Amino acid sequence: MSTNLYLYKRVVQAKLYIDLHYAERIELDNIAGEAYFSKFHFLRLFKKIYGKTPHQYLVTVRLKNASLLLKKGTTVSEACHAVGFESLSSFSSLFRKHQGMSPSAYLLFYQEKTSAIQKLPLAFIPGCFAQKHGWKE
Amino acid sequence: MIAKMTHVCVYVLDQNSAYDFYVNKLGFQVITDAPMGPDRWLTVAPPEQQGFEITLMPIKEGMMFSKEAAASMRELVKKGTFGFGVFGCYDIYATYEELKAKGVEFSKVPTKEFYGVEALFKDDSGNWFSLGQME
Repeated sequence: MSTNLYLYKRVVQAKLYIDLHYAERIELDNIAGEAYFSKFHFLRLFKKIYGKTPHQYLVTVRLKNASLLLKKGTTVSEACHAVGFESLSSFSSLFRKHQGMSPSAYLLFYQEKTSAIQKLPLAFIPGCFAQKHGWKE
Repeated sequence: MIAKMTHVCVYVLDQNSAYDFYVNKLGFQVITDAPMGPDRWLTVAPPEQQGFEITLMPIKEGMMFSKEAAASMRELVKKGTFGFGVFGCYDIYATYEELKAKGVEFSKVPTKEFYGVEALFKDDSGNWFSLGQME
């Protein structure tokens, strides 16, 4: 390993900090502070490990958690604010870029899928598994 | 001609605990979570893998297992008899540190082997997996 394990641990701690506090207002300096070393070095190592800057990673985590909320039926504006976005329009535009569809289309898609699963779960299970487990004739 | 594998079955001791392990610790996405009697049809997949689902299957007495077979299977899983495959990551040292911080139990720390750097970890039931760094 070319980079010291100590530095890896610090960057991983910062990543885990983002994973946990994504809904809050996180300043980049605070993230670097979590890692206890220079901002420049921190940014370089973070990007090397995760392929994204901390800011890009934070946006990805927010969008991922917004997707999870939408899958559970949370409204678009509630999901937007719950994950830390302040502007609904920038959230919608980032979401569309990330997921290939608008948040409202995503919400509708998963509402229909969840309802279909509840009504006819066997339609979502490969026949061989269902048969082997005695779930269908 | 077989084109690809789409599902693999991992037998787990408890589906709720397995959900927590695979989703909240490993960071996998839920593909299908459908109610099926007292249990559920629960499939997950690594976030970047399309078209492949890991079915987290409870070990219960029924058509698949007799009462004795289910009890034996549970014991075998607990003892770490089964290894299901190799997961790939971009940075094994960072992934190891992250999973360790989340409480994942490793039986082998990242180690340089002739085929690459490898670590071994267990799921919450006792099934083990290899973790390798993708080149």
